[in-house]
Amino acid sequence: MSTPAVQVVGLDQRFTTASGEVHALSGVDLTVDAGAFVSLIGPSGCGKSTLLRCIGDLVTPSAGTVLVGGVSAHEARLAHHYGIAFQSAGLLEWRTVQRNVELPLELHGVGRRERAERARHLLDLVGLGDFAGARPGQLSGGMQQRVAIARALAEEPPLLLMDEPFGALDEMTRERMQAELLAIRERTGTTVVLVTHSIAEAVFCSTQVVVLSPRPGRVVRVVDVELPTRDEDAREHPAFFAAITAVREALRGRTPLAGALHGEDR
Amino acid sequence: MSELLATQLAQSAAPAAAPAGARAGARLALGLRRTATALVGVAALLVVWELYRAFGPVQGVEVGGQRVLPRADPRSMPGVGEVLATLGEPEVAVPGARTVGVAVLDAAAGTLRMAAGGWLLGSAAGLLLAIAMQRSRLLERGLLPHVVLSQTVPVIAVAPLVAGWGGRLALTPTLAWQPWTSVVVISAFLASCPVALGALRGLQAPGGAEQELFASLAATRRQTLLRLRFPAAVPFLVPALRLAAAQAVVGSIVAEISTGTRGGIGRLVLEYAQQATSSPGRLYAAILGAALLGLLAAALVSLLDVLLLRGGRGPGGNP
Ligand SMILES: Nc1ncnc2c1ncn2[C@@H]1O[C@H](COP(=O)(O)OP(=O)(O)OP(=O)(O)O)[C@@H](O)[C@H]1O
Ligand SMILES: [Mg+2]
Repeated sequence: MSTPAVQVVGLDQRFTTASGEVHALSGVDLTVDAGAFVSLIGPSGCGKSTLLRCIGDLVTPSAGTVLVGGVSAHEARLAHHYGIAFQSAGLLEWRTVQRNVELPLELHGVGRRERAERARHLLDLVGLGDFAGARPGQLSGGMQQRVAIARALAEEPPLLLMDEPFGALDEMTRERMQAELLAIRERTGTTVVLVTHSIAEAVFCSTQVVVLSPRPGRVVRVVDVELPTRDEDAREHPAFFAAITAVREALRGRTPLAGALHGEDR
Repeated sequence: MSELLATQLAQSAAPAAAPAGARAGARLALGLRRTATALVGVAALLVVWELYRAFGPVQGVEVGGQRVLPRADPRSMPGVGEVLATLGEPEVAVPGARTVGVAVLDAAAGTLRMAAGGWLLGSAAGLLLAIAMQRSRLLERGLLPHVVLSQTVPVIAVAPLVAGWGGRLALTPTLAWQPWTSVVVISAFLASCPVALGALRGLQAPGGAEQELFASLAATRRQTLLRLRFPAAVPFLVPALRLAAAQAVVGSIVAEISTGTRGGIGRLVLEYAQQATSSPGRLYAAILGAALLGLLAAALVSLLDVLLLRGGRGPGGNP
């Protein structure tokens, strides 16, 4: 394949806080191929969000290199190479929902008319077409997250970073949003890195599930997921269950049964 | 896709934002209610005043040589009617002289002009100071304590100094330092402090998440200031500007008195206080003017609030 969408080598991340040093990530190597859908999964506090931030050049790694689309994470950020949906929606309360979605386009000089058009289209996509004129404070947590997703998609970036974007959604909406995300990816060819706590979500959406150890986060295992389809039937396919088992075992720190799965130990 | 949309629409039966008209109506009703409450308060104060005049001890009440309650005689406490009557009297016993009421209004307008100048100048300076302090940790650490401390500078002592320095500034004759310039400068100095403090808090209000969002979008400092920090600062700025207006008015009055600048209500209060034995109502007429001035200043700032909240953070750009 061409240049990997994301290439992380020997990433180490330490934070110095008032109460001492926190070792968040330790020697993380990760390659995300262009067009892949990679999920990061691991116990709370293991450094998933931190890893995503390193890829987005929002924190500077203590050691190691991060390449995004073949250039440094810093250059990639300045080139608007990725869109990100944070763990907390982070909407600007003084802007309407639509103007929140327009923000990336506005900052990057897209004309008013085109902005509005794109924003409305994206809001329809996440099922919030009726709430274009509402304030974020008038929406539920799950609706706010959907606005944040629409905002991350606004520029159709080659790379989409998502930090537990469906965390606040009910099971049904969540599955619909997953399907929607897969459809968007199908259409645009976007590479996605998704942080999630849900094994089923990781397996259903991803081509690869990266399992991280408890802090300091290391890559324990990369589980390749090969599902024949990515529709509702996929959730009942034996390969789906096999992958779920593999991820669960890796999270528990057990070695998987030999030959039962595609995947590699780290 | 359309299926998703349909389900979402069905689910999202929650009411959208209330129509703008209804909100404006509610705000007006709230404003009227507040005004009514304020008027009742003023009326109650006047009633207490008149009751004390009617039933209070004529010699006042003294405890250990200290007067704790004022005398209730007409010279110390002119009646409400008397004060109102004073407004119609001519100021001096010359035919065609202006009435006290007109003099008070003129003086209030004079002070309002100086205070408005001070408020504008001070707010601009405070805002610039806040932006500078937000940009640079070093500046913040160096300036912030001084901004806070400057609040404790006694204006009455500093005002003549300012007038003295200003007078010595070698400006062209057309740009000469006028007495009112000192008043405006002092009033600006007082107004700038609350604005600097409020604006700084507001500019620093956006949390890590919002800053990360702007960083992820590779927003420039300028964009971050205009699209994130300023809008976030508006709710902090509004009360700061209100406080600054009060400071500017008080600062102007005090500065007028201590520099002896004519044409303002501060000076008039001083003049009328000297005539208190012959016409006690005048002092209160002037004080009435000062109160009116305060109300007017507050009203003007409220108007600005509405504009700021509408313009800076309003829906703008929506179809
Ligand atoms: N800016 C920071 N300063 C100090 N410590 C930090 C910072 N960011 C993260 N940490 C620490 O690094 C560790 C990993 O945090 P991170 O947010 O990446 O975890 P996570 O895997 O996303 O957890 P969760 O699943 O609960 O969201 C935590 O112990 C956290 O306290
Ligand atoms: Mg996290």
